[in-house]
Parts: sequence; structure tokens; C-alpha cells
Amino acid sequence: MRLKTRIDAAFGAETLPLVGFLIFVIAVFSVATPLFLTSANLGSMAFQMPVLGLLTLAMMVPILSGGLNLAIIYTANLSGLALAAVLIQFGGPEAGVGAFMLGALAAIAVGAASGAVMGWVIAYIGAHPILVSLAMMIFLRGLGEFLTRGGDISGFPDFMNTIGHGLVLGIPVPLIVFCLLAFVWHLMLNRTRHGYSVYMLGSNIRASEYSGLHTKRTLTLIYTISGVICAIAGILMAARFNSVRVGHGEALLLVTVLACFLGGVDPFGGFGRVLPVVVALMILQILSSGLNLIGANQHLSTAVWGLFLIGVMAIRWAVAKWLTRRIGAT
Amino acid sequence: MPNLLDTHKIELRLAAVLIAIVVFLSLATDTFLTLGNITSLLNNNAVNLIWAVGLLVVLIAGGIDISFAVAASVVQYLAAQVFGWIGGGNWALGLLIAGSLGVLLGTLNAALIHGFKVVSIVITIATFNVFFGLLMFFTRGRNIYDLPDWWVDRIFIFEHQSAAGTWSELNLSVGVMIACVLVTGFLIKFTTLGRQLYAFGDNPEGARRAGVNIWTMQLVAYGWCGMMAGIGGLMQVNIAKEVIPNALYGRELEVLAAVVLGGARLGGGKGSVIGAILGVMFVAITQNGLNLLGISPFAFQMIIGATILVAISTSNISLDLRNWRVRP
Repeated sequence: MRLKTRIDAAFGAETLPLVGFLIFVIAVFSVATPLFLTSANLGSMAFQMPVLGLLTLAMMVPILSGGLNLAIIYTANLSGLALAAVLIQFGGPEAGVGAFMLGALAAIAVGAASGAVMGWVIAYIGAHPILVSLAMMIFLRGLGEFLTRGGDISGFPDFMNTIGHGLVLGIPVPLIVFCLLAFVWHLMLNRTRHGYSVYMLGSNIRASEYSGLHTKRTLTLIYTISGVICAIAGILMAARFNSVRVGHGEALLLVTVLACFLGGVDPFGGFGRVLPVVVALMILQILSSGLNLIGANQHLSTAVWGLFLIGVMAIRWAVAKWLTRRIGAT
Repeated sequence: MPNLLDTHKIELRLAAVLIAIVVFLSLATDTFLTLGNITSLLNNNAVNLIWAVGLLVVLIAGGIDISFAVAASVVQYLAAQVFGWIGGGNWALGLLIAGSLGVLLGTLNAALIHGFKVVSIVITIATFNVFFGLLMFFTRGRNIYDLPDWWVDRIFIFEHQSAAGTWSELNLSVGVMIACVLVTGFLIKFTTLGRQLYAFGDNPEGARRAGVNIWTMQLVAYGWCGMMAGIGGLMQVNIAKEVIPNALYGRELEVLAAVVLGGARLGGGKGSVIGAILGVMFVAITQNGLNLLGISPFAFQMIIGATILVAISTSNISLDLRNWRVRP
């Protein structure tokens, strides 16, 4: 019980039930198909999850602050475009590591800029985050289509393959990037002044403003950081697919919101931890890969993801009801 | 009306901007203010408007529905099956079946939201995934061309041949749209149910204590949105002449942006049919104008996105930070 209390305190009360479910899903698929617990399948899952994972981290902090960032996919796409543009300037496939670094910086600058504009409008104009990020989404998609004419840009240097497909000590590079950033996110939310402000803002923006928090600056920063992590996701996508196209990963937008809610992030903001969200992401990935192995297609797993979220909501509701009844009885 | 300025500030401002755009386009192009252009504008946006008034009711009731566009696709597919079984059908039956199927899907949303006490955005994102995943799974992503004749035949409710010999016409979807807009306007403006929807959206707990039945409110809001989704889906097939399972994917966010632009408040209690129409027409006329001005189609979305961003930034939509949250 002591251990449970400590885990609950450090990572959030959602963690243990979700880990239990994770083990359950792994057990079911291991029994259902011998292909599941193979290194090939585990490897492919480890390569697939990080892009969704990074985008989910980008979605998570705005939700924690009581908003939403619907522009994440196109921010990632546009950042990828910035990277591609710089690489092509330096000779496409012949571009060196220096050019890549410059491109990555440009990508991050684009991500940060689009995030900062959104954050600024949300904070200083007071418009609703859904509307602002929706408008930004339409704008970025249009800008991307205008720049690329709907086509894709490919022809990147070979070393970018290492980022998208390489292994370090047997661990996929994208997974390392994701784990590192998830850990940074955990620290940022639990150990820094900014993280504390995010939770306060999400709980009650009025109260935090009267308590002396610079809410407007915090909001701008939240969306800027969200934009930066979108840019990193965009770089990773460019490396994985060896091409950039506006619309890549479009279908992931609402999946990231789903993953956040599954991981126990409060839709009103204020509550939610990183680790349960990561566990939720693993469950989603396993559901999709496992169903794929037993012969279902991607669309069926989309449906199962939705049903799974409804199921989790039903269980949470039942548990809450049971708890109030028990308290009422004593 | 002395207080129209207070109660419909956003609508009035949007109307002023829209009139400015219309005047500008009428002067800048000689094609904008022609009967042909206006009728095609109406034809092209009838379905969006049907969905917009449906979504408006949910927004007024303080919720949000992400699933309605995909639900419309589900209705199209199911309706095609039903028409196959009963061997044909007609418009009256079609509207009835599509409307009922839509209400059914909306009721599912309402039941989950009310039953499990979960905010609407969570449930409708879940049902969005369920609807779309199952639809693509069962259709295998294939289009349906084999549809009853009455469904895909053009029906004109207005025709006019100009002196130069070009035809301009309004098709049936515009008629259905006008009916949907009028009935929705009547529901939210002139019925007790409508007043209760506003009260519930503005303050659910207050409304509950005043004796409003919460379950009825959820049922009416999501059922209405579902019904409009179904009817809109039916009309969209009449225009497209085929059922494409993923054609409407993504339309929900565009309609949402237009309706919120028109003054419906995310958080509930505010919004009007006029505003929803203005919001949809603002986006439509901007796009139409860009087209007539000869600007590259690739730039349309970019300019529209930027216009909405500027519109939000200049009109202080919900300056009040308290009205920030999307309530269930």
C-alpha cells in the first residue's frame, strides 16, 4: 500500500490502473498471436509510437492549462517544410550535418513562432483557444499547400535515416528522443515554476491571476513550447518518411486528444500527469499493432480506440459512484 | 430596438465586415453580384449551413460536437443500405430515414455524455473515432455509386435564364437548408425548450435548480445536431451523386470555426441563427471573392485562416476569461 501511495503521489493516481490494463493488453495479444512478442513487432511499435507521442506531449500542456491546440499537426508539417527548405538550399541529399542543424533550428523557430502567435492571441485578446488554434490550423494548412502546391518534398541526406530508423544500443533513436522529452516534460510540470503555473492556470485562471501569477506570459509560453515540440515531431516525421508533405499525420490530431483524456488529463485543465499519458500511448499503440497482427486493419483499431476511451470513462464513472456510496455508508 | 447592440454585438460587427466585403467585391469584379454567382454560392454552402445550425444548438447548450460530420457519413451509408432493402423510397421517406438515423447517433452521444457525466468533447472525440473507424472498416473505404435515382437526380426549386442564355438555378438542398434554418430559429427563439437550452448552456446547475430537465436538454441538443447532420448528409449525396465514406472527414472543424466566428460562445448560453449564417457566409464569400479576383486557389485556405485570425484578434470575442471553458 505504501508503494501505491508513493507511485500515486509521484506519477498520478491514473498510473497503476493503466499499467494494469497495459499488462492485460500485452497478455491478451501474446496469447492471441505468436507474432506479437517478436523483436520485429516490438521494434516496429517502438518506431511508430514516438511521433504520436511527441504530438501528444504538444497537446497535453495546452489541455492542462484549460485550452486545446488544434494546430499541432500543421505546425509539425510547416516546421518539416522549413527543415526541407534549408536542406534543399544546401544541396538536398548532399547537405551536411551543419545544414541539418541549421534546418532543425529553422524548424524550431517556425514552430515556436506559430505557437507564440497563438499563445499571444489567446492570452492578450482573450479569445477561446479552440477557435484560435483552429484558425491557425486552417492558416498553416493553407500556407503549406500554397508553398508546396500540395506535393511532397523529398531527397534528404542519408544521415537523416539514422534519426528516423537508427538504433543506439539497440534502442530506436525516435524512442530515445521521445523518452527524453517525456522525462523533460515530467520535470517541467512537476519541478519548475512554469509547470506549477500551468496547473494553477488550468484550475482557476482568475484565482491564479489574483495570486500574482503572470497568467498572460505563462499562456504565451505554453503555446510557444507546444509549437517547439511540434517542430521536433515534424523533424522526426521528415526523417522517418524521408519526405515532407502538408497533411502528413492529419489523422493523428484527434488521437492525441484521445490519448490525453485516456491518460487522465482533465478536459477542463488543472489535472494530469505525464506518465499515465505515456502509458495510455503505449496501450493505444499496442491495440493498433496487435489488432493489425491478428488481421484487422487500421480503421478497426481507430474504432477500438474510441470504444476504449468510452470504456475507460464508464469505468471511471462507476468507480467514482462506488467510492461516493462507500463514503456515504460509513 | 435599443439593446440590439449589446445582445448581438458580434453578429452586428460580422455583418458590417461582410457588407464591406460584398461592396468591395461588387466594385472590384463584375461577376460577383450576378444571379449565377449568388445562386452557386447558396448551392455550395447549403449543406454547411444545415450542419451549422445543428452545431449551433449544441454550442448554445454549452456542449461541443466533433462527431457530426462523420455521423453524416455514417447516415449516408446506412441510408443507402435502407433504401436498398425497401427498394427505392422517395424524398419524404429519405428525409425521415436520414433524420431518424441522425437523431439516433445524436442520442448515443447525449446518452454517453449524460450517463457517464463526461464532458462532451471527450465523448464526441471518442464517438468520432468509433463512427469513422467502423464506417471505413465496413465500407473498406469504397464509394457507393449504386444509389436510387430520386436521391441523385437534380431538382431545381428556382430556375432563371439570363438574356445571355446562361442558366442560374437553386437546387433542392437550398430549400431544405432554408427550412432547417427557419425551424432551428423557431426552436431556439420561440419555444420554451429553446429558452431552456440557453439557460442550461449559460448555467447548467442554475437551470437544474430552476427545474429544467438536464437529460431532456442534452437529448434535444445532440439529437437536433444529429438530425441536421443526417439531413445535411442526405443533401450532400444529392450534390455529390455518390457516397464517399471519408469525404466529410475534417468538415466538422471548418463548420465549428464558422459558427463560433458568428458569435456562438464555446461554453454555452450565447449564439444565434443569424450569427451562424453570417459566419458560414463570411468564409464562403471570402473564398468566392478570392476565386473571382483570380487569386491562386492554393492561397485560399491560407488567406481564410489569416482572415479568421484577424477577425478574432480585432473583435474581442469573449474578453471575459471566465467564459473560457467548454462545459458538458
